[in-house]
Amino acid sequence: MSSSASSQPVVHPAGSARLLWTALATVAVLTLLAYLVAFDQGAVSRSGMYLHELMHDGRHLLGVPCH
Amino acid sequence: MPLNTTTTPPFVAVLVRGLLAGLLAGLLAGAFAYVAGEPHVEAAIAIEEAATHAEPAAGAHDHEDALVSRTGQRGGLFLATGLFGAAMGGLLATAYVLLSRRRRGDDDGRSGLLLAGTALLGAVIVPFLKYPANPPAVGDPATINQRTVTYLLMVVLGLVAVWAGSLGYRSVGAQAPTWLRAAAAVGGFLLVTGVSYVVMPSFQEVPADFPATLLWSFRLASLGTQVVLWTGIGLLFAALMHREQRRRAGTALPST
Repeated sequence: MSSSASSQPVVHPAGSARLLWTALATVAVLTLLAYLVAFDQGAVSRSGMYLHELMHDGRHLLGVPCH
Repeated sequence: MPLNTTTTPPFVAVLVRGLLAGLLAGLLAGAFAYVAGEPHVEAAIAIEEAATHAEPAAGAHDHEDALVSRTGQRGGLFLATGLFGAAMGGLLATAYVLLSRRRRGDDDGRSGLLLAGTALLGAVIVPFLKYPANPPAVGDPATINQRTVTYLLMVVLGLVAVWAGSLGYRSVGAQAPTWLRAAAAVGGFLLVTGVSYVVMPSFQEVPADFPATLLWSFRLASLGTQVVLWTGIGLLFAALMHREQRRRAGTALPST
């Protein structure tokens, strides 16, 4: 993160398009992660109901509809 | 580098700080939920199991032949809040970068806090007041899909409401008195929130014999967990960005 491979100017149009795609991909990955915690019942995690059950209390206390 | 203000950090640097702030805030929220919420989850599960024993046919979601023990689920709480926090912190960082292109001058640290406040109000408090969190034993398994979809829709509508508020604030014009701009913001926010609350369906699924005090305590603990999460993300992200910006300003202008 603190490396020198960074100096893409944010205001530059070409860098702007790349930034947009990177941001879009990031949003997709992070939404999947949130889905895994909040809603998945094994379809994505491929762990059966294990992860779903493991995070049961977290879902309730984060306020997500659970059952 | 004439175009690039050297204090603008690259996307990855911001993202890493958002993920880190989210993970830490998630673990903090987990600690809060463990202390403030777990006793109520425990009590609700005892009620749920008593009900399942009374009429075995209703045992749709039993904790008996559990895949994960109760101890495992209490520990899994931290996994859930940590991962969820990291995801939310990352999303906040992404929004921060996308919005920073419209920002004039350097960030004085307010944008991160404003974004976290937006998320807390729009994605947590507005949905919570319509669809409050439910402990185990509350909620009909037959409607879980409807409740999930309407909950997610409410999150989106809550964010739209905050956006409508900021739109109202800006539409009045900068020369208007502050009270008028604030009133326009509140009006825009309440308009969208009010219409959403009326249009969206309600679910009354609390069993008649479920203790009201337990329901209240659980819901308060649940809301507190989200408040800790988003307050933590906002403050930690702002702090990390402040340090990063000072570091970059220092390397860009070593003379000052």
